[in-house]
Amino acid sequence: MYGLGILKGLSVTWKRFWDTYIDDISWALTGKKRYRTEEGIKHRSSKNTRGIFTVQYPEERLITPEEFRFVPFLVYEEKDGKKEPRCTACGICSKVCPPQCIWIVRSSDPVTGKPVSTPAEFYIDMDICMNCGFCAEYCPFDAIKMDHDIDIASYGRSVYNLEKLLKPVSYYAEIRPLNYNAEEEERRAKEAAKAARTAAPATPAA
Amino acid sequence: MATAIETQTVDLAARFPGKVSAESRPGYSGFVVEKESLLEVAKAVRDEFGYDLLAALTGVDYIEQNKMEVVYHLHKTTGGPKLIFRTQADRVDPIEIPSVTPIWAGAEYQEREAYDLLGIRFTGHPDLRRILMWEGFEGHPLRKDWKEAFYEEEIKPYKSRWPEGKHTYAEFKNPFRDNLKFPPNFDPEKYEPEGEKDLYSSLERFSIKSEGGLKTDHVVVNLGPHHPSTHGVLRVAVTLEGETVMGLKPVMGYLHRNHEKIGERNTFLQIMPYTDRLDYFNSMSNNFGYAVTIERLMNIPVAERAEYIRVIMAELSRIQNHLVFIGMLINDLGSMFTPAFYAFEERELILDIFEAVAGSRMMCNYFRFGGVARDVPEEQMQKIKDLVFDRLPFKIDEMERLLNQNEVLVGRLKGIHVLNAEDAVHYSVTGPVLRAAGVPYDLRRADPYSIYDRFDFDVALRHNGDMYDNYLIRFDEMRQSLRILEQALKQIPGGPINSQKPNYQVKVPAGEAYGRVEAPKGELGYYVVSTGKQNPYRYHVRPPSFVNLTALEKMCVGKKIQDFVALLAMLDIVMGELDR
Repeated sequence: MYGLGILKGLSVTWKRFWDTYIDDISWALTGKKRYRTEEGIKHRSSKNTRGIFTVQYPEERLITPEEFRFVPFLVYEEKDGKKEPRCTACGICSKVCPPQCIWIVRSSDPVTGKPVSTPAEFYIDMDICMNCGFCAEYCPFDAIKMDHDIDIASYGRSVYNLEKLLKPVSYYAEIRPLNYNAEEEERRAKEAAKAARTAAPATPAA
Repeated sequence: MATAIETQTVDLAARFPGKVSAESRPGYSGFVVEKESLLEVAKAVRDEFGYDLLAALTGVDYIEQNKMEVVYHLHKTTGGPKLIFRTQADRVDPIEIPSVTPIWAGAEYQEREAYDLLGIRFTGHPDLRRILMWEGFEGHPLRKDWKEAFYEEEIKPYKSRWPEGKHTYAEFKNPFRDNLKFPPNFDPEKYEPEGEKDLYSSLERFSIKSEGGLKTDHVVVNLGPHHPSTHGVLRVAVTLEGETVMGLKPVMGYLHRNHEKIGERNTFLQIMPYTDRLDYFNSMSNNFGYAVTIERLMNIPVAERAEYIRVIMAELSRIQNHLVFIGMLINDLGSMFTPAFYAFEERELILDIFEAVAGSRMMCNYFRFGGVARDVPEEQMQKIKDLVFDRLPFKIDEMERLLNQNEVLVGRLKGIHVLNAEDAVHYSVTGPVLRAAGVPYDLRRADPYSIYDRFDFDVALRHNGDMYDNYLIRFDEMRQSLRILEQALKQIPGGPINSQKPNYQVKVPAGEAYGRVEAPKGELGYYVVSTGKQNPYRYHVRPPSFVNLTALEKMCVGKKIQDFVALLAMLDIVMGELDR
């Protein structure tokens, strides 16, 4: 019969239509909130989702996974009220950067003129950055990390300088807890090994 | 890994003594053909040795040897290793090499591309015009002595970035704040694009003539660049008689950024995130192809767990690509939202996984040489299992219930012929369109890469070659992908995810490699020439969209204009990789 296929298709949309109410009502009956709650958003992006799928941005936002990456920032540690960047100006990030948007001026000792392992200036051209995450991946000092903050649109060009790039370690630990803990653990293990080596006298040369 | 695939099975040098010699440069394989006997050899390669599919054709500018080389990669649609032969010409303009379009029609656009970007004139080519750049563009960008606007250095990393990296904008170095350069005697005020004349005259040359009946005028219609059905900025000039397409020429390059030149400036690793931007729906597959190529060149193994992760990601990517294809096809046919959004729902769930694993929904940049960037956490693995075992099979069924028997859809698709098997092979069409025409050619089976030889799956195949078959084969492929995924998820072992230490300056030995994978849209190939330096000497992408488009004219001529929209959707083109 002509039109059977269309009816069959309509039965699918019809089922989908009722599904929206079924989920809404069953959630309401159990006293759970399907909208604007983390639980609700999680449910809507799980395998069991049916009915309304949309996450109503900006009232609701998808839960950002830890590995999500958007433009880099520099990690600093607070020491005696001073911001101490972890960065040593080794330049690996600027070398690995595919669009070459990282610019670093290495500091030099004012007296001797020798290079010092801290950046004097650090720029990232956020308009050029392609969010590939290589800088964070290949930084040997965990000094540059990828951010979660996506609302950086502006009217002008955005070249971030050192001041704008620096964010505290606590911020990093907050957005990437698993990565942070793993790195800290590795560092502690390394330090413990080093301490053990210095504490125990070196094995005498044979 | 490299040995079995690189083995040559035919000896062209013995068949054509004096005309063909075996390649002798270290790291290279195949044969060198004298350009005078190129057509004779090519004909024998097709007719005697059975290499019916021209996979890739590209040029390489060996400026130091003062040679321009054209490399041909041939396959048999019955499977097996590839055949490489090449021909060289002196690098003195005009560089002339005979065109192989009479033997493999699939060479048409690839030769136009080589002409456009490298300035190799293919004698005997039916329609040798620029293809990605505009007519009137000065120079040939992929030549080694051509420099782009705001040229800084030959290779990255640029020295200005560190240790004295005071930020400055590139255009500030120029007193006029731009890099506009006109050829001599050029006045932009009086410029009239000449390329258009060539385009329209080529339309006249190739359009079919109407037979008998009333004498009617032909109308030339330009579809695009901003036509909703073209999925991006593709322009198609069409000659119409009434509603019938009499002649057709696509015009492309609106999204051209010279991906290959960028690649040649980049280090090997730096190319990886750029490949994401080719077919932006399938960055996982693009990464896969590039990683396979460089690993072949470096001759390194891939960590066992990483191989499984790669396959899982590539197959998930295929499923979401086909879902989008179906949604967008229906969209092109005039049903705006429902099927597209049903498809996007499943796609979102897959992209959620990509985001949590790779860090980005579409620009994944997930593969590294020897493995992948990071492990898949247990939680995400569970999510993939949930989708693959509990959700996607049913959702694909639901999609079929929604659409497959819909009378309007069937009426639009059934019986509209796309391509027959001979034409599809002749025009180098690969991927679902080739398989829907009845050629069971799938690289995962024909020339297995990675660990595809371990899985039990069927090559999706349909025989009628009409649009309805082209549509249905996407469902078949999704089902097969699910089969692969189920096996991969059950078999995946633990262990490291990269066989190499993390290294941002990989050592790639000198030589060449052509790596290919079965991307959702067809054969995605990368041709890389290394000189042992930190960046590739030549980096060429063989995008399935671009090569498949060669057949568009053949597909559309003689059909109705409204079918053109659906036929274009069938090719499943993505402008990111078409224009590169």
